[in-house]
Amino acid sequence: MTGGKAIAMRKVLTLARRELSAYFFSPMAYVIATLFLGFVGLIFLLGMKIPFLRIELDPVFRSGAESTLRPLFEVLAYGLVVVVPLLTMRLVAEEFRSGTIETLMTAPVTDAEVIAGKFLGTLVLYLALLATTLVYFLLVVIFGQPDYGVAVMGYLGMVLLGAAYISVGLFASTLTGHQLVAGLVGIAILSVSTAGIYLLALLVPPEHAPAVARFNLISYFGDFAKGIFDVRGAVFFVTVTAFFLFISTKVLESRRWR
Amino acid sequence: MIEVRNLTKWYGTTLAVDSISFRISAGSVVGFLGPNGAGKTTTLRMLTCFLPATGGTARVDGLDVFSQSVAVRKRVGYMPENVPLYPEMRVREYLNFRAALRGIGRRERRSAIDRAGERCWLNRPEDVMSRRIDQLSRGYRQRVGLADCLLHDPPVLVLDEPTIGLDPGQVREMRNLIRDLGENRTVILSSHILAEVEQVCSELIVISGGRIVATGNPAELRRRVTGPSSLIVELKGAEPEEMAKALAGIDGVLETVPAQAGNWTRLTVKAKENADLRSEVAALAAAKGYQLRELRREVGSLEDFFVQITYRQTLREEAAS
Repeated sequence: MTGGKAIAMRKVLTLARRELSAYFFSPMAYVIATLFLGFVGLIFLLGMKIPFLRIELDPVFRSGAESTLRPLFEVLAYGLVVVVPLLTMRLVAEEFRSGTIETLMTAPVTDAEVIAGKFLGTLVLYLALLATTLVYFLLVVIFGQPDYGVAVMGYLGMVLLGAAYISVGLFASTLTGHQLVAGLVGIAILSVSTAGIYLLALLVPPEHAPAVARFNLISYFGDFAKGIFDVRGAVFFVTVTAFFLFISTKVLESRRWR
Repeated sequence: MIEVRNLTKWYGTTLAVDSISFRISAGSVVGFLGPNGAGKTTTLRMLTCFLPATGGTARVDGLDVFSQSVAVRKRVGYMPENVPLYPEMRVREYLNFRAALRGIGRRERRSAIDRAGERCWLNRPEDVMSRRIDQLSRGYRQRVGLADCLLHDPPVLVLDEPTIGLDPGQVREMRNLIRDLGENRTVILSSHILAEVEQVCSELIVISGGRIVATGNPAELRRRVTGPSSLIVELKGAEPEEMAKALAGIDGVLETVPAQAGNWTRLTVKAKENADLRSEVAALAAAKGYQLRELRREVGSLEDFFVQITYRQTLREEAAS
C-alpha cells in the first residue's frame, strides 16, 4: 500500500512539474507576473484610493506607519481574485481543447492524481509570485522594526487563501473547453464570494452588515493578517480547497462519461 | 488478447456503438474499418479506458477495462486520432514526461526513450529529439505519438487513424513501421481508407452505423464481393455498335457499353455473377476477325465490398427510421 502511495505521489509530482514548466512557456504567465508585481509595487509605494468603494489605503512604505505588510496583503487578497483564475484557466480547459486529455487519461493515472498534480504545479507558481513580495518585506526590515510573527502569519494566510483560490479556479477550468470561459467563471465565483459580499455589506442596513460580511471569503484571512493564527480560518480554507479539488475530480470524471 | 462482448455506447439519446462483440487473438494486426462516424473512435476509446461503456464488457489481456482500468492502461499503447501533443515541450522532454507518468523509473527512462525514438526514426534522417513539438511536421508528430505508445513496450497497440494527414511517402513509412511492430504485438488500427488496412492487417472488422457488418481476413472479404463481374475489352475492326451487339449475343452477357478509346473501341461487358467469359469473347473476336488488344476481367475490389456493405447498412437504417 505504501508503495502504491509512493508511486501515486511520484505521478502527481511529474504532473505538477509539467504544469509548472508549461507556465513558463506560455506568455500568459509572464503577463500575469508582470501585472502582479506592478500592482504590488504600486500599493507598496503609493497606496490606493477608490472613493466609490470607500477604499482608502495609505502607502505601506511611509514614515510613522506600522512596519507590516498587512495593508498590502489585504489589497492583494482582492487582487488575486482576478489573477488566480487567469493562471488556472488553462489547466484542464486546454487539455480538452487540444485533445491531450485523451493521451493523459489513457496513461495509467487517475483523475484525482491529475487534479492534484495540476493544483500543486499552480500552487508552486503562486508561491514563487508571493515570494517576490519578500523584497518589500526586506525593505520594511531595513527601515523599520517589523513583528516577525505578524509577517509569518500574514504569509501563512496568503498561502491558505491562495490555495483556496487556485482550487476554485481549477474547478472552473474543468467545466469547459474554453480557457476564457473558465477564467471568467473562476473570477465570477471568487468575486461574488469576496468583493460581491463586501459590496452587499455596504448596501444592507448597518445592523445586518456584520452578519453579511461574515460570508466574505477574505474575512477569514483578516486574523492572519493581524498576526493571529486563526484555527477556524485555517480549517475553513483547507476545507474549501479540499472541496473544490474533490468536485474538480468528479467533474473531470463525469465529462469523460458523456 | 482482446475480448469485447455486447459493447454499447449511448451519447445522450444517440446510439454510437450498438452491442458489438469480437475477439482478437494475441499477435494479430487487426484493421477496424468503417466510414466516418461509424463508431470506430468510440469503440477504441472504450477499449483504452478513456470512455466508459454504457453496456457490455471489454477485456484486454483478461483484465476488465472498467474495473481494472489502470492495469489495462499499463498494457496498452494508445495513439488517438490527430495525435494530440503538448506543443511547447521538446520531444525528449515530452517522452520523458510520458515515461514518468507510466511509472518507468528514472534510470530505465533514458534507454526506453532512446529505444522508442530509434524505433520510430526520431533520430533520422534528422535528429528531432531536442526540437520543440510545435515546430515538427505532421509526419514527425505522428512518429512522436507512436514513440510515446512504445515507451512502456506494451503488448497491445491501439492506433486511431495512424496515417491520416500524412503524405504518400510517410503513409508507406508508417505502414511499414506498423507491420514491424505487429510482429510481436497485438495491434488494432482504425481507418476509413481500405487500401491501407488491406496491406497491413491480417484481419478486418468492418463497422458501420455502430454495428459490425463483416469480419474476416482481406482475402475472405474479397470473395464475398457480390454483384455482376465485368470484362474490359478493346477491339478494332467494325463499328462500335455492331461489335457491342455481337458481344451482347454471348450467353451470359447482361449488357455491353461501347466507348471510344483513340481509334479502338473499349467495351465494358457486364456478365452474370461470377461468370468468366474471357475465352468466349476471345473466340468471338477471332471468328469475326476483330483485332483484340485488351481483355481483362474486373473483380470486385475490397473497396467495392466496403462501399456495398456500409451503404447497405445506411439504407437499412433509413428504411427503419
